[in-house]
Amino acid sequence: MEQAIDTRSPAPSRGASSFILRTELLSVRFGGLTALNQINFAVERGKTHAIIGPNGAGKSTFFNCLTGVLRPTSGRIILNGEDITGLPSNEISQKGIARSYQITNILPNASVLENARIAAQSRRHGWNMIAHHSAFADINAKAEYALDQVGLLDLRDELASNLSHGAQRNLEIGIALATEPLLLCLDEPTAGMSAAETQETLRLVQRIAENLTILIVEHDMEVVMELADRITVLNYGAILADDTPEEIQQNPKVLEVYLKT
Amino acid sequence: MSALAEISPQPLVRVEDVHTYYGKSHILHGVSLEVAPGEVVGLLGRNGVGKSTTLKTIMGLVPLSQGQVLLDGQKITGLPSHKLARLGIGYVPEDRRIFRLLTVMENLRTGLDRQGVSEAQRQALLDKVFTFFPVLGERRNQAGGTLSGGEQQMLAISRAMMLEPKIILLDEPTEGLMPRMVSQIRQIIDVLHNEGVAILLVEQNVPLTLAACQRVYIMEKGAVRHHCAASEIDVHDPVIKQYLGV
Amino acid sequence: MDAVVHFFQNFPYELLLIQTINGIVTGMILALVASGLTLIFGIMDVVNFAHGELFMLGAYVGIIVISSTGNFWLALVLSSLIVGILGAAIQVTTLRPLLGRDPLNTILATFGVSLILQNFALWQFGPVSRKIDQPVTTHFQLFYLQYPWYRILIAVLSAAMIGGLYAFLKYGKFGIWIRATTQDRVMAQAMGIPVPLVHTGVFALGAAMAAASGVLFGPLGSINHTMGLDWVLKAFIVVVVGGMGNLGGSILAAIFISLLEAYASIWVDPSQAVIVSFVVLILTLLFRPTGLFATPK
Repeated sequence: MEQAIDTRSPAPSRGASSFILRTELLSVRFGGLTALNQINFAVERGKTHAIIGPNGAGKSTFFNCLTGVLRPTSGRIILNGEDITGLPSNEISQKGIARSYQITNILPNASVLENARIAAQSRRHGWNMIAHHSAFADINAKAEYALDQVGLLDLRDELASNLSHGAQRNLEIGIALATEPLLLCLDEPTAGMSAAETQETLRLVQRIAENLTILIVEHDMEVVMELADRITVLNYGAILADDTPEEIQQNPKVLEVYLKT
Repeated sequence: MSALAEISPQPLVRVEDVHTYYGKSHILHGVSLEVAPGEVVGLLGRNGVGKSTTLKTIMGLVPLSQGQVLLDGQKITGLPSHKLARLGIGYVPEDRRIFRLLTVMENLRTGLDRQGVSEAQRQALLDKVFTFFPVLGERRNQAGGTLSGGEQQMLAISRAMMLEPKIILLDEPTEGLMPRMVSQIRQIIDVLHNEGVAILLVEQNVPLTLAACQRVYIMEKGAVRHHCAASEIDVHDPVIKQYLGV
Repeated sequence: MDAVVHFFQNFPYELLLIQTINGIVTGMILALVASGLTLIFGIMDVVNFAHGELFMLGAYVGIIVISSTGNFWLALVLSSLIVGILGAAIQVTTLRPLLGRDPLNTILATFGVSLILQNFALWQFGPVSRKIDQPVTTHFQLFYLQYPWYRILIAVLSAAMIGGLYAFLKYGKFGIWIRATTQDRVMAQAMGIPVPLVHTGVFALGAAMAAASGVLFGPLGSINHTMGLDWVLKAFIVVVVGGMGNLGGSILAAIFISLLEAYASIWVDPSQAVIVSFVVLILTLLFRPTGLFATPK
């Protein structure tokens, strides 16, 4: 099997500042196994960028590296010009990368608003334990704005565990939004959703994509094709292709990899 | 649905409008399919569409919330998986799940040590497996965990064969294997088919599936979207591109 | 220099050897109790807080059988059988319904069972301690002591039972069932192994082993409704130090800890020598939490 090699580095003609996130020769090795092989990758500011690839391609590993959950073995990750390689995930969150998870990670015993508020609050450090939470009006406002963007403002007082699966997944996105991130990372946001819920989430992400840079891992090709401005295909831990959706669909190597021909 | 080979009136396994959840996640949205006795049926689809979950539901490893599963016309919904194994369903999971601390022989014995198997039958079954997979014979006293990935796959399939099942549920047997092992998997499927064992094959490898199976179902987002005879389509068919490509 | 010579001259070599034998004897009983405990934990992730009570009931059933038949060995066999069946009943009624739930549920359940069994014993047998007579009363000369043969017999019998358990697990169909279920319960079931039955069987086996230990220990100490508490505590320490679910590890750990305690009681009061066990436990948890004798998997 021919080795998939990354022949593309971020185009030098565009200034570095047009890329909100970049990786340089990012590698992850687990003992003898190379999960990611010297990846050069970049996400353009304001765009929606999707990562796809067959099972075992390294998508989760890559995603986990970018969001600080996994420490790379070598290489660099640069956010907005700043090297964030190896920083713990809470610091990466503070720097502006927000992430949703494949298995819904909301606080089930808190209300929808409280979930969003806790996220909004994380951006401000204060040791004031006495003032009532309503005193922090700006945090409330941020939380409500995030909920509005994901269509959950009406359900703000509902207990999170009472929400439908689709609504919970959307709340997951809302929580990430409430941190006002530079980069929103979505990990299989439509997993386990019905066709109707998928459409709803698709529209939701299209709405919020207008003002945001989004990185998304998805298996649902319809969602990927609708949302993505750019698609990166991973295979065996390396970039097989990085192009517009139209080009990816025509790319015979990509099809080969997916159909195992 | 295009013209199909006639499915025998009494299917061996019948999945009827099954809905399965993981917690709140609605994974199977009314899956229906059938496997006739001795038939090799393929289940294709991208990651995350619910192929493995379908097999796990048939095997009783995951509870279904709606619908039913029938074996030889009898309802088997809700039966514990050890009863299903005794009734004739063999299961080869995606990650093989051989017993790492048991030897190859002991792994096989988990399926072989059953009531109603004479010593002669035991020997015959073992001989069959060791003839087809000589490397397992060589390593019969080695711990399962010391085998290579390909050898573990052979062991997982052999282990299921020890049950002399009517149907084997094969979950992505070629995943993680080197390309040259794919033809070996094809051969095993053919051998099993010749012995009259039905197979429900979950795969992402389209050429293998179309070559080895008589019929294929294609799933997307938790439901069967297409169903046809394997001979009616090939790798370049638009249906394949739509549901399995990008 | 003189002090060193003095130290070596006055070093209690004989006492050390005596305590080594004592340590091994106690260690073997402890190993028998702990193996049941670790087997149960390994296969079904159940922390059996009632294990000490099964030990205690074993001793009491032993007393009943001896008082009606006068035969110690019959008591040993019958007690194991009866308490084994009781163990199966306990597992089916209280633990099987809890399968798959939060482990805290089974901890509470077995703790509840332990309280029930303790109070049952108190009610049935009263608060006064009983005794079982040694079946073998001969001694042999060990330095300045008359050492009872019975103690050696205990060690040999326990070793035989543990050896039998090991052989049972390694060979034979049920041994394979148990080991397969311990490694991967779901896959074992998918291979046709009746896992619920295997769970009950292992629990019964563990109970039987605890009961046998209770009868064997009977002549060495006093039998009352709280005798299980000390033993179960030590058994838990042994299981953790040996590596949870690791049979070979618990046997080594049982002997190791009993030897340390036996040596410690040369210099301090036996009730203080117990501290040694706890020190070993804490050190194990700090530095080798998977168990001192655990083999890396």
